[in-house]
Amino acid sequence: MTAYVIRRLMQSVVVVLIMSVIVFFGVNVVGDPVDMLINPEADQEDIEAAIRALGLDKPIGEQYLFFLKNAITGNLGKSFIFGEPALQLIIQRMPATLELAITALLMAIFLGIPLGLYAGLKPDSPASRTIMAGSILGFSLPTFWVGLMMIMVFAVMLGWLPSTGRGETATFLGITSSLFTLNGLQHIFMPALNLALLKISLVIRLTRAGTREAIHQDYIKFARAKGLSPHRVIMVHLLKNILIPVVTVIGLEFGSLVAFSVVTETIFAWPGMGKLLIDSIQQLDRPVIVAYLIIIVLLFVTLNLIVDILYSILDPRVRLGEREA
Amino acid sequence: MTTVEQTELDLVEDEHERILAQTPFQRFKADFLESKIATVALVTLVAIVLVAIFAPLIAPQNPYDLAQVSVLDARLPPGTKSEFGYTFLLGTDGAGRDLFSAILYGLRISLSVGVMSGFIALVIGSAIGLIAAYAGGRVDSVIMRVVDIQLSFPAILIALMLLAVFGKGVDKIMIALVTVQWAYYARTVRGTALVERSKEYVEAGVCLGLSRNRILFRHILPNCLAPLIVVGTVQTAHAIALEATLSFLGVGLPQTEPSLGLLISNGFEYMLSGRYWISFFPGIALLLTIVSINLVGDQLRDVLNPRLER
Amino acid sequence: MSRVKVIFAAFFAVLIAFSAPAFAKDLKIGLASEPTSIDPHFHNLSPNNALARHIFDRLVHTDENQALVPGLAVSWKPINDTTWEFKLREGVKWHDGSPFTADDVVFTFTRAVNVPNSPSGFGTYLKGKEAVKVDDHTVHIKTPKPYPLMPNDMSTFAIVSKKNGEGAKTEDYNSGKAAIGTGPFKYKAYVPGDKFVFVRNDDYWGDKPIWEEVTLKPIKSSPSRVAALLAGDVDMIAQVPTTDIERLKKEPKVSLSQGVSNRVIYLHLDHDRDNSPFVKAKGGGDIKNPLKDQRVRKAISKAINRDAIVDRVMEDVAIKAGQLLPKGFFGVSPNLKPVDYDPEGAKKLLADAGLKDGFQLTIHGPNDRYINDAKIAEAVAQMLTRIGIKTEVVTMPRSVYFKRASRGGPDKTPEFSFILVGWGAGSGEASSPLKSLIHTHDKSKGFGASNRGRYSNAEVDKLIEDALATVDDAKRQDLLAKATEVAIGDVAIIPLHYQVNTWGTRKGLKYKPRTDEATMAVGVVEE
Repeated sequence: MTAYVIRRLMQSVVVVLIMSVIVFFGVNVVGDPVDMLINPEADQEDIEAAIRALGLDKPIGEQYLFFLKNAITGNLGKSFIFGEPALQLIIQRMPATLELAITALLMAIFLGIPLGLYAGLKPDSPASRTIMAGSILGFSLPTFWVGLMMIMVFAVMLGWLPSTGRGETATFLGITSSLFTLNGLQHIFMPALNLALLKISLVIRLTRAGTREAIHQDYIKFARAKGLSPHRVIMVHLLKNILIPVVTVIGLEFGSLVAFSVVTETIFAWPGMGKLLIDSIQQLDRPVIVAYLIIIVLLFVTLNLIVDILYSILDPRVRLGEREA
Repeated sequence: MTTVEQTELDLVEDEHERILAQTPFQRFKADFLESKIATVALVTLVAIVLVAIFAPLIAPQNPYDLAQVSVLDARLPPGTKSEFGYTFLLGTDGAGRDLFSAILYGLRISLSVGVMSGFIALVIGSAIGLIAAYAGGRVDSVIMRVVDIQLSFPAILIALMLLAVFGKGVDKIMIALVTVQWAYYARTVRGTALVERSKEYVEAGVCLGLSRNRILFRHILPNCLAPLIVVGTVQTAHAIALEATLSFLGVGLPQTEPSLGLLISNGFEYMLSGRYWISFFPGIALLLTIVSINLVGDQLRDVLNPRLER
Repeated sequence: MSRVKVIFAAFFAVLIAFSAPAFAKDLKIGLASEPTSIDPHFHNLSPNNALARHIFDRLVHTDENQALVPGLAVSWKPINDTTWEFKLREGVKWHDGSPFTADDVVFTFTRAVNVPNSPSGFGTYLKGKEAVKVDDHTVHIKTPKPYPLMPNDMSTFAIVSKKNGEGAKTEDYNSGKAAIGTGPFKYKAYVPGDKFVFVRNDDYWGDKPIWEEVTLKPIKSSPSRVAALLAGDVDMIAQVPTTDIERLKKEPKVSLSQGVSNRVIYLHLDHDRDNSPFVKAKGGGDIKNPLKDQRVRKAISKAINRDAIVDRVMEDVAIKAGQLLPKGFFGVSPNLKPVDYDPEGAKKLLADAGLKDGFQLTIHGPNDRYINDAKIAEAVAQMLTRIGIKTEVVTMPRSVYFKRASRGGPDKTPEFSFILVGWGAGSGEASSPLKSLIHTHDKSKGFGASNRGRYSNAEVDKLIEDALATVDDAKRQDLLAKATEVAIGDVAIIPLHYQVNTWGTRKGLKYKPRTDEATMAVGVVEE
């Protein structure tokens, strides 16, 4: 197990390296940040001075080597537009995004799994049909559309919740988060639900599909025949088996919740990393894009590792070591 | 054994024989049509596809021909008469396009982009996922790390790079969407296939000396279908929405040839303006399409699944 | 009382305490774009400059119409051909209580051009200028050549405190440590990506703002910004989208403030290449660049229905344009009117130019830079297609667009043939667009930096250069107007319209609209 984890971590170094090359050269292909950043009144000389100030006058290969040299010491470069270290910019905004993603994930799990289980166990009941119809709506409607509708209904028309932004923060057990204040919870509810909608639908559908399949399998029949209580059959035997695809998907989806909550963060003016990323991409702020994606790669690699380990726990038949064969 | 029981048993037996007598397709058809909702959805979907294919014959205007569209007609409410004699049934959008025509043409693009890219990504993704699961070892590691990179790469950045290098177009958007999506399928299929691989029936197959391909495609793949179809139907909807989002961010399709997604994202600007039709009608069209794709997908999954005893 | 009741009572007491309305006069503003720093010299771009004006003052201030008014300098005049004298305001205090003197001005001249990692600094306005302290409240600014735009240039950058600014980095301004200004507000907090909070400077030398605390929140998505105003979460928003204006006018909770900006939206055409890459003969073959023919350029201008663009695309929130700046600005010509829509005349001109059957053209434009930019490009294409110039529309995000439009072709030449662009005259007078857009592209003189059509006309060049060396205001005004008339007469560019900016406030408030598009708390007044 330990050897396995170490090997995976070493692979991830390679992955990060490849990623940095792709992003570095890719962003360069798109355009020139100076065109985005320079004051239009500037003359040719000023433009060239700005290009030099950002180190963009050197050949791209040289720029990359320079980046690598700094990266080894943990310096991922300074943002072109903010002038602050890219890593610091991202870390500043990380708590806001994490609390949003975690809230959304919890919503997806605690709404999605029970609803999906119910719909799978009683597929023909009217309630199940309603759940399934609702889940289809959940991912048919574009996120930005739902988000704006929520703002219109709950903030503008009813006035129950604040329209945009993150609420007050408080510190609890060393963690500063807006989840610890009433004002913060009011602010986070709508964006989190907006972000969670698609995931809730996905979890409902996966759970239902798994349940429908599993209840016909021998081990469930056997467990029933053994006289185990239906409750125990569902909670222990059934749930354990259907959780595998659900865990895979949730694991991945958590990654995408953290990495690409761009639309939700933009609509709700949530000061998180997603908004930073989209702004950086639009302004070609290469150091931030590179640093951001490196962090995201690490996040996905770690999540995949956790998912794989969870597999082996949930299903002993999957052995981690077998890849060596 | 009483006669009554005997008859019941006969009946079951008959039913069984009848089923055996059907061709696989007939059986599939009968199973599929069992659900009324799914049947309605299928009919709707077929209708939508037909309408999309024959859009040039049905639409009163060619919304992609700039000579036929005039900004003077912009934002007219449904029912207004146009200078060419036909009525703007669903009103016009911000550029003066007849919304009804634009929706029909837009459906064509959205369907081909969404479904095609979804399908290509599904095929590529599940093939790669299967290989990873079955080959294991180094192959698996390499593939899964590529998947990691792919999943961490934002779609907009891929689209932006493609746009900068190749320009705009339907084909570029499809490349972008496939690039974004295949990894999801690969990851899902690999996860399920890993579990299946260690199951008894596969081991039995190996013992029987069945070929690798046969085990992969005839035994493992069908058993991965359930989660695959779920992810597939969701991803197809997602692909259409993603295309809308990319268009929304300005890196999608050419704006003079709007897809349904682009119409919706254009309509986004008008959501608070009181001119409901510009965002409402394209939205309804999209909703209908995605809902029917999903209902059909759900039923397909149930019907195709070898493990669901029906 | 039972314990449960006590807890409940306490809970509600807390709730009420939290939700009690603030009695202090607070103002919350929703911005459309996010300023990237509090350091006033880090990034010379409009959102940052508008933000800096809350904390810092400049030597010369500009009013809503960009007219120059005294700021930290009470008066200025040229004392010889190469020296301007600025008399500084006495009795002004920095937020930390120290007095403002000429040393701060001299210090600012060195700091503003030496900010590490600055992506776009103030060198444009400061190079070649030397500030000399004469006494505590007099500064001389010397240039090698006569320089009439000195007061305009002095209105562009913030004066920072020497005491707090020496050795200070951009981070020190962001953290508030060095953000010590003389302006109407003091720094209170900055949460990147979320908000800027300022409190009133009760010792301000000018008109004290009525707001005790001001919060600026960037809300990039336009519908969300409108919704935040409707929900009462902010008191004012910048850049109300044109699509919502009609409805908001009927909304009792909201009032709108509108004003024309200094930004003209125009078309630039390829005046240079004989084979322009995006101009094709009818049917797609090669053609000698017809855009070099003045008749064709005139035909294009006549074919554009500016009223339709203003009315249908911009929803009446724009003013049709006939030159580079709207009337009222320094250096505009009183003789130029917007070209009338005349499709028949346009077709005739095309026929005269030997292009009776028309030709093919591609219009390139950004889709996230100007108000409704992509829609305008599409409308122009429709109109040109109707007179026989079959036009294709290609729009792209500005991150891709501007590099290609400026130097995407071979040898870093402009890539496109026919583009939609906008120009905001930061200096508030006509030399800004003339110098950058119309004057021959000349790197050594620093002219024509944004002349993406590579227009070149010796007569116009001479008029512009003469104007820029004329200190006498009346004479300079005439030269600029003349240069504009010649250039527009030759269709160097095709102006479409001037943008009109709209701010939305809750009922009871009003914003004094600014031509420079800046959103500032001091401009928000109670009705």
